[in-house]
Amino acid sequence: MDVLIAAALAVLQPHMLLIVLLGVTAGLFVGALPGLTATMALALMLPFTFAMDALEGLVALGAVYMGTIYGGAFTAILINTPGTPSSIATTFDGHPMAKQGRALEAISIATIASVVGGVVGVVFLLLAAPPLAQLALKFGPSEMFWVAILGLTLIGSLSTGSVLKGLLGGALGLLIGTIGISPIGGESRFTFGWPPLQAGISLIVALIGLFVIPELLNMMRQGRAAIDSTAGLGDGGFRFGGAMRTVFSKPVNLIRSCLIGQIIAIIPGAGGSITSLVAYNEAKRGSDDPDSFGKGNPEGLVASESSNNVMVAGSMVPLLTLGIPGAPPDAVILGVMLLHGLRPGLELFSETGVLANGFIISMGLAALMLIPVGLLGGRLIYQVIMRTPHYFLVPTILVITMLGTYALRNNLVDVALMLGLGVVGFGIRGLGLDAAPIVLGLILGTIAEQGYVQTILGGMAMDIPQLRLLENTLSQILIVLTVAVIGWTAWPRKHRRKE
Amino acid sequence: MTKTKLTPFASLLGAVAGLALAAPAFAQDFPSRAIEYIIPFNPGGESDITARMQEPMMEEALGVGVNVRHQPGGGGAVAWAEFQGNAEPDGHEIIGINLPHIVGQPIQRADSGYTTDGFDIITWFHFTPHVLVVRADSQFQTLEDVVNFAKENPQSLTVGGSGTFSGNHLETLRMEQLTEADVTYIPFTGTGPLPAAILGGHVGAVISNSTLAVQMGDDVRTLAVASEERLNVLPDTPTFRELGYDIVGGTYRGVAAPKGTPADRVEMLADLFTEMNTTMAERQVPMGFQMTDIRGQAAVDLLARLRDQYGDFLTQ
Repeated sequence: MDVLIAAALAVLQPHMLLIVLLGVTAGLFVGALPGLTATMALALMLPFTFAMDALEGLVALGAVYMGTIYGGAFTAILINTPGTPSSIATTFDGHPMAKQGRALEAISIATIASVVGGVVGVVFLLLAAPPLAQLALKFGPSEMFWVAILGLTLIGSLSTGSVLKGLLGGALGLLIGTIGISPIGGESRFTFGWPPLQAGISLIVALIGLFVIPELLNMMRQGRAAIDSTAGLGDGGFRFGGAMRTVFSKPVNLIRSCLIGQIIAIIPGAGGSITSLVAYNEAKRGSDDPDSFGKGNPEGLVASESSNNVMVAGSMVPLLTLGIPGAPPDAVILGVMLLHGLRPGLELFSETGVLANGFIISMGLAALMLIPVGLLGGRLIYQVIMRTPHYFLVPTILVITMLGTYALRNNLVDVALMLGLGVVGFGIRGLGLDAAPIVLGLILGTIAEQGYVQTILGGMAMDIPQLRLLENTLSQILIVLTVAVIGWTAWPRKHRRKE
Repeated sequence: MTKTKLTPFASLLGAVAGLALAAPAFAQDFPSRAIEYIIPFNPGGESDITARMQEPMMEEALGVGVNVRHQPGGGGAVAWAEFQGNAEPDGHEIIGINLPHIVGQPIQRADSGYTTDGFDIITWFHFTPHVLVVRADSQFQTLEDVVNFAKENPQSLTVGGSGTFSGNHLETLRMEQLTEADVTYIPFTGTGPLPAAILGGHVGAVISNSTLAVQMGDDVRTLAVASEERLNVLPDTPTFRELGYDIVGGTYRGVAAPKGTPADRVEMLADLFTEMNTTMAERQVPMGFQMTDIRGQAAVDLLARLRDQYGDFLTQ
């Protein structure tokens, strides 16, 4: 307990609070720009942290991380384009709300949900890190394979129209995911002898291409109407109290989303991209009125934004206790720790407890800081987007996304691929195919392939190596869950048809 | 960031100052603009962190901006291919290079898009020897235990490492060849997932870089290190050579300029990297790095040596 108090005192210094404030603010704007990811923001921060001591550096990185994940919600809500992969599910209900003239309400709800998620993640990290870390270690290759398969079943319920179209989209995503160097084996696939394709189609490229470009084309076609179809512009500011009531009115949804966020955060490699999708899906499944999802139901927004902010501190569990980066931005934080001579592990807490706990507490502060920063920064972004005529807005966003795509890997080919996918995305949207299943297939295909091949390789000494996929208890649990989810998705439909 | 436009007056002033300082002639016109320093890997990795440390020191020494850019993809191949195709050979564009990556990939993949010899190597500044690591509670106390087990139980011991036909993989193949152990190599994407693989018991052992062994501390037992002499940071770990197997290998990190860059500029940059090494040693040696300065002919010879060492495995 003394350590916690000392840590809190170390962080509650004016200059530390300033670092958190600046970090969160910077992160918010980076996160709001499609294409600029949390990983990139942290990498750009690195040289600045060298001038700081270890705690200051970590506090700065934690604050930027928290701000980025939250900032992705703004563009998701206002222009239907997730600023970072972790806010994909925020578009599902956030944007319909904006279209109904409830943009400010949506932003307020997203802010409160993010704060709750961020704080919950910190509490988990402070109180339950060691057992959670042990759970994280249970996810070996075969478990990861089943996690990916379970994730793919989301397609069934995420697709708004027909399940068949969702599955088609998922298959397309799986196919896109095979382009490039194979994760195991290292040979080139579908590169057609063209070296730049060795890098494959990155998730962000697909995300921007499939979400942002079609939306921009849509805005060009429909003009202003795409953003605010009904007149709700400038409606009396943030409804802080109302948003609080909305978020806490469904405690089950909030708690479930936070738990999902925490569990996915500790699964190494699953990353934040699918957290919000899973939480959203469960919110929809658990709701009395699942049909209202996707049409501006605040519950969906709460699920997405609370779960993805849990992940920020949540993914620090395997990082701080075991040195395992749970999500790509964590790799940068690990690098900074090692540079300062800090070794992740239990000794990090026993020998440098003030530092470790101070870092964790600062992330809680960063989460709380989202309220003032979000209210002011959010209002600014809202005003800018809402007051800019679409003939300025569309080209500006297009330029920003192109710059962001280029900055991602400093590769012009990525920009071309992004634009190409954008045109494809626009076309298939006309056919009623959603972007989310494609992106989901892209994310999970690689995880599934890797888990499968690693498991089979590990069973080389057995007669039937495939049996290793069924060996572990956790794998078996995941299989049962998968079957149950498929059954659940199929059953009510049949039921409904009879009526 | 780069100041390319100068007012006429400033140019004049610059020219006068240039003339005044013209004594060591040729070195003065370099660098004349910002240095582009490309890292072909993701942020947060060893190459990235090192470049981020070098960046401010280079800016101070050279008096121009240094832009560290990431261009990950294809295990480095995408950036190396583009660099060899497009970079200006005037010393202002440099790129991080790694061994054995740049030897292995062009042999293994026809479309890697670059050649091993297509760089002017400035210097190899780092070396992290390979280590064989097991979990702290493993049944294996020594390298000999591992070898004996793997001889008696062919293919049942799994050894994790980063990537296929990477340095870790090639070292595993070499260890199998020299010790007659029969293990199954399991590739992971990068070094990041390896701690989980070993602590979670998903693999029986790991072959990785010395930095991983240092980072994981008491959670693991490091059975052998593939360096010529024992490492100060791992004093209790014997070398493979001590144990009777001639295995010396690991990952070398360095920087290269495009082929055809003026030799004096390459040398000037090499001097700079060497100088920075002495500053960085304080932080990096305790992390498990060995600081090196392998340049000129020695840098090229190193490529040939690795091609000998690993080439057979790659062409099979």
